[in-house]
Amino acid sequence: MKDTGGPQAPVIAAAGLNLTFQTADGPVHALRDVNLTVGKGEFVSFIGPSGCGKTTFLRCIAALETPTSGSLTVNGMSADAARRARAYGYVFQAAGLYPWRTIAGNVRLPLEIMGFSKADMEARVERVLELVELSGFGRKFPWQLSGGMQQRASIARALAFDADILLMDEPFGALDEIVRDRLNEELLKLWNRTEKTICFVTHSIPEAVYLSTKIVVMSPRPGRITDVIDSPLPRERPLDIRDSQAFIDIAHRVREGLRAGHHEE
Amino acid sequence: MLRALPVTVVLGIIAVIWYAGAVWLNAQWVYDQADRAGTVVTFAEVVPQTMAQDRPLLPPPHQVAAELWDGVAGQAVTSKRSLVYHAFKTLQATLLGFGLGIALGVGLAVAIVYSRTMEKSVMPWAIISQTVPIVALAPMIIVMASQAGIEGKMIPKGIIACYLSFFPVLVGMVKGLRSPDAMQLDLLATYNASGLQNFLKLRLPSSMPYFFASLKVAIAAALVGAIVGELPSGATEGLGARMLVGSQFGRPLDMWAALFAAAILAGLLIVLVGWLERVLRRRMGVVA
Repeated sequence: MKDTGGPQAPVIAAAGLNLTFQTADGPVHALRDVNLTVGKGEFVSFIGPSGCGKTTFLRCIAALETPTSGSLTVNGMSADAARRARAYGYVFQAAGLYPWRTIAGNVRLPLEIMGFSKADMEARVERVLELVELSGFGRKFPWQLSGGMQQRASIARALAFDADILLMDEPFGALDEIVRDRLNEELLKLWNRTEKTICFVTHSIPEAVYLSTKIVVMSPRPGRITDVIDSPLPRERPLDIRDSQAFIDIAHRVREGLRAGHHEE
Repeated sequence: MLRALPVTVVLGIIAVIWYAGAVWLNAQWVYDQADRAGTVVTFAEVVPQTMAQDRPLLPPPHQVAAELWDGVAGQAVTSKRSLVYHAFKTLQATLLGFGLGIALGVGLAVAIVYSRTMEKSVMPWAIISQTVPIVALAPMIIVMASQAGIEGKMIPKGIIACYLSFFPVLVGMVKGLRSPDAMQLDLLATYNASGLQNFLKLRLPSSMPYFFASLKVAIAAALVGAIVGELPSGATEGLGARMLVGSQFGRPLDMWAALFAAAILAGLLIVLVGWLERVLRRRMGVVA
């Protein structure tokens, strides 16, 4: 696997990573020999069918799962040390906002836990809500917002404490196509402005190609990486870039990679 | 108006059955009196006489209502004849037991949720404790309390009320504290939240709906416990004592009035808990 992390030390580096779950039906190889480096400021998408280990790999980076073998560093330290250092914000598939807290209260949650000062908290909540275009919704409760707005609030929550890394596990998977397009566009703008390193799990090819500087194609049984594509698309991406030849070519290569992964079975 | 209709209909049916029962059960006394006097009474003469006896087998509703009204409004509240006085004594023990029950139930639930050992060792005993008939246990608790030198009946009554009320709180809170799903727990793990933060920010607020559901059961159980605690003690105070005295001295009206006073007290307590729940739910952003 070639290193595209640039001259700086990689933000995420996995080498020979394996993860085997012991189940009643015998061991399941969730990840086998995963090698990957992610450089600072990259937008990396993980794409593949269910069971390919893309979410499991993201959870390993977040130290929510522990690899069976191999090495994994995040910000130059072990994944668990990075978690304890609050190196990343994590966005789950469901918004998972606390129904008993207002939107502002939900965004404030990580700040309360991490012990930010009261004034700092208010300023940060306001700033990230503005970043996800939810200014003025701080006093609303989650049930008063649409699904897309709830997911934006959960992104604000992940951004509130300003971690350098944003890990997103199919954050827009449950939303309809129109809302999804809009949020994709907004996410790109947000990435441009904040210069965060983003790892993004999806099973939508257009979403992966549109968003990423690097696309990691994975395949199941055992979960492994079959292709890593460095996107030639520019950083600035209007929505209609999806009609360009370059976009179609990358999408084609991703589709080929997914198909190849299936044929090997 | 339409909402009141079903309740009114049910109340009406109960009243009809009750009056019929009163006539049927109390008629025997009227016939016996007539027999002794050597007279013959017709059914039309019997019915009015079943409605106003001093010691009816089953007092009709209006007699109970009159006795209840006299007990509540007709006496000084400090008088031993006042149902307000007795209800207050029972209420004190109920609230004491309820408070102890909440503390014990929540405390044990937290211990059980956080410790497997506690779950394995405490939960079966908690369940067994509820299978022991409280009527058998209550006299022992009272005797032991007086042996231990505890003054008055308040504490043992509170303990009995607590014994009955902690269990629903325990069961509800164990379920409630375990209600957050894996994703919500993972989210806090990504913030590296401490165990205490995990409890205060997630588990405790998540458990509130379960908590209030169990409180409604617990408050009623605490009242039953307090009343049972007043039965064996030779107690002279409280609705339970009032019922016991009524039954022992053949004063059914006293007994029935005390019974209804207890039912009204239970209703008020449940309304109070329901109101507290609504206040909290509104603060937690749920439209009540």
